[in-house]
Amino acid sequence: MQREYKLLNFDWLTIIIFMLLVFFGWLNIMSASHVGDIENYFDMSQPYGKQSIFILFTIVLIILILALDAKFYERFASIIYALSILSLIGLFIFGKNVNGATAWYGIGGMTLQPSEFAKFATSLAVAKYMSDLQTNMKTFKDQAKTMALIILPAILILLQNDAGSTVVYAAFFFVFYREGLQQIYLVIAVFLIGLSVLALKFNVVIASSVAALVIFGYHFFGQRKRPQLIQPIAAVILCVAVSFGVKYFYNSILQPHQKDRISLWLRLEKDPVKLLEMKQTILYNLNESEKAISSGGLTGKGFLQGTRTTGKFVPEQHTDYIFSTVGEEWGFLGSALVVILFVGLLLRILYLAELQKSTFSRVYGYCVASILFIHFLINVGMVMGLIPTIGIPLPFFSYGGSGLWAYTILLFIFIKLDSNRINEW
Amino acid sequence: MRKLLLLTVIVVVGFIFIARLFYLQVYNEDPYSLYEDNAIRKVYDYPKRGYIYDRHGKLLVANQPSYDVMFIPREVKPLDTLEFCNLLKITKDDFIKFYEKAYRYSPRLPSVFIPQLSRMEYAVLQEKIRKYEGFYIQKRSLRDYQTTIGANVLGDIGEVNNYIIENDPYYKSGDLIGKQGVELSYEEVLRGVKGIKFIQKDRFNRDIGPYKEGIYDTLPQAGKDISITIDSELQEYGELLMRHKHGGIIAIEPSSGEIISMVTAPSYNPNLLVGRQRSRNFSKLYTDTIAKPLFDRSLKAQYPPGSPFKVLSALIGLQENVVTPQDQFSCRHGYYLGNRRLTGCHSHVSPLAMNQGIAQSCNAYFVNVYRRIIDKYDKPSEGMDVWSNHVKSFGLGDYLGYDLKIGNKGRIPDADFYDKWYGKNRWSSTYNISNSIGQGEVETTPIQLANMVAAIANRGYYYTPHIIKSIEGESIDEKFTTRNYTTIDKEHFEPVVQGMFDVYNTGTAYSLQVPGIEICGKTGTAENFMKIDGKRTQLTDHSIFVAFAPKDNPKIAIAVFVENGYWGSRFAGRIASLMIEKYIKGEVTMTSMENWILTHSLENEYAKPYSGKEFGINRQSSLQVIDKITKDTVVNPSSTRTSSFNQ
Repeated sequence: MQREYKLLNFDWLTIIIFMLLVFFGWLNIMSASHVGDIENYFDMSQPYGKQSIFILFTIVLIILILALDAKFYERFASIIYALSILSLIGLFIFGKNVNGATAWYGIGGMTLQPSEFAKFATSLAVAKYMSDLQTNMKTFKDQAKTMALIILPAILILLQNDAGSTVVYAAFFFVFYREGLQQIYLVIAVFLIGLSVLALKFNVVIASSVAALVIFGYHFFGQRKRPQLIQPIAAVILCVAVSFGVKYFYNSILQPHQKDRISLWLRLEKDPVKLLEMKQTILYNLNESEKAISSGGLTGKGFLQGTRTTGKFVPEQHTDYIFSTVGEEWGFLGSALVVILFVGLLLRILYLAELQKSTFSRVYGYCVASILFIHFLINVGMVMGLIPTIGIPLPFFSYGGSGLWAYTILLFIFIKLDSNRINEW
Repeated sequence: MRKLLLLTVIVVVGFIFIARLFYLQVYNEDPYSLYEDNAIRKVYDYPKRGYIYDRHGKLLVANQPSYDVMFIPREVKPLDTLEFCNLLKITKDDFIKFYEKAYRYSPRLPSVFIPQLSRMEYAVLQEKIRKYEGFYIQKRSLRDYQTTIGANVLGDIGEVNNYIIENDPYYKSGDLIGKQGVELSYEEVLRGVKGIKFIQKDRFNRDIGPYKEGIYDTLPQAGKDISITIDSELQEYGELLMRHKHGGIIAIEPSSGEIISMVTAPSYNPNLLVGRQRSRNFSKLYTDTIAKPLFDRSLKAQYPPGSPFKVLSALIGLQENVVTPQDQFSCRHGYYLGNRRLTGCHSHVSPLAMNQGIAQSCNAYFVNVYRRIIDKYDKPSEGMDVWSNHVKSFGLGDYLGYDLKIGNKGRIPDADFYDKWYGKNRWSSTYNISNSIGQGEVETTPIQLANMVAAIANRGYYYTPHIIKSIEGESIDEKFTTRNYTTIDKEHFEPVVQGMFDVYNTGTAYSLQVPGIEICGKTGTAENFMKIDGKRTQLTDHSIFVAFAPKDNPKIAIAVFVENGYWGSRFAGRIASLMIEKYIKGEVTMTSMENWILTHSLENEYAKPYSGKEFGINRQSSLQVIDKITKDTVVNPSSTRTSSFNQ
């Protein structure tokens, strides 16, 4: 009886959405990667066959995660985090280079990507630290310490030349904000993003002028008590410096391909010849993926019937560009369903997180939602041309064992924590 | 508040994504078409184009294989270019030029290296092509003309142009389509239906396999063979007679409306427009603006018909009951209104009745008849419309509806026409008496005139002229087997036919009689003008002749136009008589008449307006005698100017 009681405690809605996403992802991987007829769903020579095995192994993982005691994760968070950092450092010695990034361990015929696992490890560590009774997230000291927990793996990953995975760590901003980060940081973050975009799209003068207008406007009309002028002037000078900094960063530090991606996203390139050339080179993927999605129409061409998918027109379609297969073969209805499933999953996790009685579970839930959301935002946004190209997978959907396992672990630890919520005072 | 940030962002992003999907897939979407999907290669399987036979079953147009040397630039391996260039008869510079052009187009896709090798060139190359990696030979089908005649009838095929590709989904770039003549008119019958295979491509444009196991693929359907109504022997003879003249001949079988021959001169050898030299030859023909060999004079040239039109005036007079065959009119070298001579005439007996009016081609007689027709009604405009409708019932003044795609309406004026010209009711029959004798505002094309003669030969009806005799397994259009009746009653034709018969017996074509055949004819001479340096200048009159034979149960109706031939019986009449004899007897016995035509040229006459010098016309023109033309004389459309054609 005790056992059944526990099963019922799992949030089955989340589990069902998870299963739907994995299954639908598997169908699309099959479509995007199959060569010739599909005879065996476990054909190890083809990606979809491997994915079948990955999924089977996922079941083992899930049972394992759910079987462990909920307290285990909180207690061992530090150790898991330490192991994960070690595995990232180990890459510098034993790592295998794929597509320019040294992000994999080769074990037999398989590869493992520790940066994927670092995501849940970091989440556990952050949750553990924030839930400590001594920690007060309103103080700068504790903010900085938590920040360090996040920046350490982020830097290690960046050093392995995997910029895409690094961006994911920005997700923790949402967690910080939820747990007490001052409002002013949000304002500054939005302000700085706006400033950078203006500086790149137009120029430093316009960006600085707009910034000055906003700052002085706030200074003269927004505040009841007017402090000295020195503050806004300093802020404006800072803005000018930041604008120049962004410009310099863009022009001198970014690698050419990264620069091109941003230039395309902001429509900076005006020369039609260069633009055409870009379309055939760095924009090629995006171009093909947009065409594939558009050609799907309302209802799509049907499973395994996508001409562009079958013709492998979109490179990396079964990994980062898997959403274009959905677009082509399942049309607007199928793609919108996937978007709705993701949004539903994220909202459900948020809802559950808010229900948690322990800070650890709540913070961890927030971490899960934020990380999954950043992946969803960047991946789907990129495939549809809304966001500059950043190569990260779509959770539960994209081909790849490490990714699938890492996101499954990430999610199911939370499901386990959530199921235990009643047992905590 | 803090709880809401992530929640709001998630929901907003969800909406943005769905909106973007909606924009990409629903709002922005062209309906998906397999044909426009560039992930699918469409491979067409071209069927055999139908053969064309003449009315007696003689093969005129067949197909011949042609061989294109193709290559895929990326797959070309270093080769002995000198030997290769020698084989293809090109220079090394050409080789580099072709290679680079194709490479720029696509290094992965096949391009044509040398198009349309002859069978000889192919034979030599076939042995050695395997030595040159990346090159291969592709077979295509071209037209093979079994004859050198009838370019205007048979037409030609060429690559389809962009306008058609955009408007007709059947045609794709590089397809061949009928451009002129029968090839154009019966394109859909001759071409058949091409088969199509859909092949899935990958992003490197390589084939991976049939799309959906080929369920949408179709097999080609062969084009149908057709027979045309042309008598190729008569056609050839007509083209021979018309050498060194400009003009046209149309011969129609009155009992069926079939076009027996359709000659335009100058013409060209249809073989010029086949193969590698097609475009070079075509532009030579196209740019010859003096001889205009591509201008089909038999269908398109719109001239005043001159005297042959008089027979219509007679018929209408009888039908409107304003004249009887016995009524006589006098002629004093012209028609006088008071003291003013409205039109001149040549010397003949006077007064005369209808029979001699036609036979002697008296202008005054027909002006009288015409005025009686117009003035029979209260207002000239009423009479004008009655006259105009009678004339139009002979198929004049509008497109005839024959199955060739070019032509002209001609012009038959009606009351409206003169109301616009002079003002409503501000004119009378004397304003336009020239219409009665086929001058003035009346204009016709040779085929309209031939059709008019056929209607007279049939005593009151005609079949729409047509070029199609039969289509393999199909019946021809019903409109070609339906009689079109004229507005003239049958009994009125006899006196007119008799008059036309007497044209040969006693009249203007007395010298053109063909022993053993009763021919009815009518000569015509039409004034014409040309603008030279902005000045309207009169040229030597056109020579016109219409005829049908035999008088009873006619087998052939013919109209001949010879530009600047001076008078009707001089060139056109002789040619018409020879054609009739050739068609009815199968041979020509009047060798002196034939010799005269074959040894006289009008090229000098045609060169006059372009000489820049003063020149005389009609009486002051002189005949140009040349060596006798034979069948084997090379056809050269612009013999006045030496330009060579690439065979």
